[in-house]
Amino acid sequence: MAILITEKTKVIVQGMSGRIGQFHAADMIKNGTQVVGGVTPGKGGQSLLERPLFNTVREAVEATGADASLIFVPPPFAADAIMEAADAGIRTAVCVTDGLPSQDMMRVKRFLRRYPESRKMRLIGPNCAGVISPGVGFMGIMPPHIYMKGRVGIVGRSGTLGYEAASQMKALGIGVSTSVGIGGDPVNGSSFKDILEMFQADPETDAVMMIGEIGGPQEAEAAAWVARHMTKPVVAYIAGLSAPKGRKMGHAGAIISAFGESAQEKVEILTAAGIVVAPNPSAMGETMARVLMRRAAA
Amino acid sequence: MDIHEYQAKEILARFGVPVPRGGLAYSPEQAAYRARELGGSAWVVKAQIHAGGRGAAGGVKVCKSVDEVQGFAASLFGRQLVTKQTDASGKGVYRLWVEGASDIARELYLGFVLDRKSERIMIVASAHGGIEIEDLAEEDPASLRRMTIDPATGLLEYQARELAFGLGLTGGQVAQMVTILKACFAAYQDMDATMVEINPLVITGAGDLVALDAKMSFDTNALYRRPEVAELRDRSQEDPRESTAGDHGLAYVGLTGDIGCIINGAGLAMATMDMIKLAGGEPANFLDIGGGASPERVVRAFRTVLADPEVQVILVNIFAGINRCDWVAEGVVKAYREVGMTIPVVVRLAGTNVEEGQAILRGSGLPLITADTLAEAAERAVAARVKLAA
Repeated sequence: MAILITEKTKVIVQGMSGRIGQFHAADMIKNGTQVVGGVTPGKGGQSLLERPLFNTVREAVEATGADASLIFVPPPFAADAIMEAADAGIRTAVCVTDGLPSQDMMRVKRFLRRYPESRKMRLIGPNCAGVISPGVGFMGIMPPHIYMKGRVGIVGRSGTLGYEAASQMKALGIGVSTSVGIGGDPVNGSSFKDILEMFQADPETDAVMMIGEIGGPQEAEAAAWVARHMTKPVVAYIAGLSAPKGRKMGHAGAIISAFGESAQEKVEILTAAGIVVAPNPSAMGETMARVLMRRAAA
Repeated sequence: MDIHEYQAKEILARFGVPVPRGGLAYSPEQAAYRARELGGSAWVVKAQIHAGGRGAAGGVKVCKSVDEVQGFAASLFGRQLVTKQTDASGKGVYRLWVEGASDIARELYLGFVLDRKSERIMIVASAHGGIEIEDLAEEDPASLRRMTIDPATGLLEYQARELAFGLGLTGGQVAQMVTILKACFAAYQDMDATMVEINPLVITGAGDLVALDAKMSFDTNALYRRPEVAELRDRSQEDPRESTAGDHGLAYVGLTGDIGCIINGAGLAMATMDMIKLAGGEPANFLDIGGGASPERVVRAFRTVLADPEVQVILVNIFAGINRCDWVAEGVVKAYREVGMTIPVVVRLAGTNVEEGQAILRGSGLPLITADTLAEAAERAVAARVKLAA
């Protein structure tokens, strides 16, 4: 079953006719993802990659029964595209776009709250690598061949560190149920805690690798939730032990601006919550292996 | 993106925040002219740099004569002002703000920030102003009042009143405070700010509220729709390496070590820096080459890193998803030849097209040090550094 994307997920791509959208849509199709169409305003009625294009998300949902959307729309229009997806009945949206203004995201978060739980859209991203359930399908920009199918979930802000974790685990024979990139922006659709809750409820996930970084309160929030509710083991790594305070490290959200936002402080908070923190980024795989072995022995 | 105090005051005044009268000066003579133009018998001369802590660092002075204004201005222009918020080299002073001295009865603190927990704009206010917010949070946390604003409604009148009364204001000051709060919120929202700070917000002897100092920062992701903000950028206040790198689509942050880093992805870049440190080395920089990097962008990354004279070894660590290892490898080979590389280069490639990339590196015949894993890459870079020192 995994989370967020399964065999049954029907995906549309907003911005599929763009260069990047087309490239990744083709890769998704090649890897077995059910891409059922694309949305580009003004190109409705045309087809691309043997899939129909629509002017609006609503038309696309009505015609194809799509329940998920991957958004490649440029930053000035991305917030609008996300809200359009939510209103058209999409249940899971992944926004890869990097560069959304923070206030646009505040408005998006407020907008998503208007829908009842039964039809509320879950947003992953923006500024993220996407979601992959190896062997099932993916929505995003990750290289699917580096993932091995298995029973460990991955959730992280950084795309490339997620790849790093997946490949370290693969080298040790540990596979992935689903890997989720929640993105590097200060205001994002889903937090670490949101994804951990999904992994906790997923019968195909045995343990979770959580990859955080400097800046923001989400790792601490996740730690508090793990301590109270999570029965599956969580292994973590926090990037940025050597990052100076007050400097933005690439991601818009990767900046130490408040108490508890440095990597050292986050490591302490996670450790206190019973999470096993990998001592360095090269030890993510072996730390997970050790935790899984200990659990198997218990 | 940061702007100067005088620019923040101009913006806030436009939205309705009362600020002292003042004028900008680019020379000591102009500073004296501004003082005469303003009239009165006392002026505050303030160095305009993108950093706080100017007062304690000698960048602000109350002057009692026009000569004193000119003399102090002459001592500031062209100086590198080192404050506790700058690095050791400080920030250059090229602009001064001269304003009439205010009669201060009380000092308040007022700030607007993006609160990442509630994902809303948050107002932070204190009846105890005039000191840095970090110090205030430590010395007098009980004085801090916080309020988050629903983006669907904006700041409501009653919220502003609540804050004003909460700060102990009375009479006409409450209405003045409500005006200031609404003005700051509008400026924050309409200009895509990420921070508005008035510290101190003073109550004058006559009982009026005036913004004595002001700071604003802006969301760089929103500059495309705020050309009037983008125009306020002052490159003299930026690290030239960082601004040049930014112009070429590279996220670069200069650090103090000697192992230059060229990485894809912000997370992997931070992790690689951590790994270098654990292996006993010191990273010279953070650098994310971004997605879909062409060989040309890789060459640019090499030039950026090599512009730092401290760099003794270069570590390239790429885990390609949206990137391609073959393009990166071509870039490495091209850069090596074009810049006439004289220092060791360690390369680790993984992900999309890794075999093609490795074949290009091998086929080049260049003395590159290759590595298969993140740990190996960091260890080899540090070992190469140690060998140089020996």
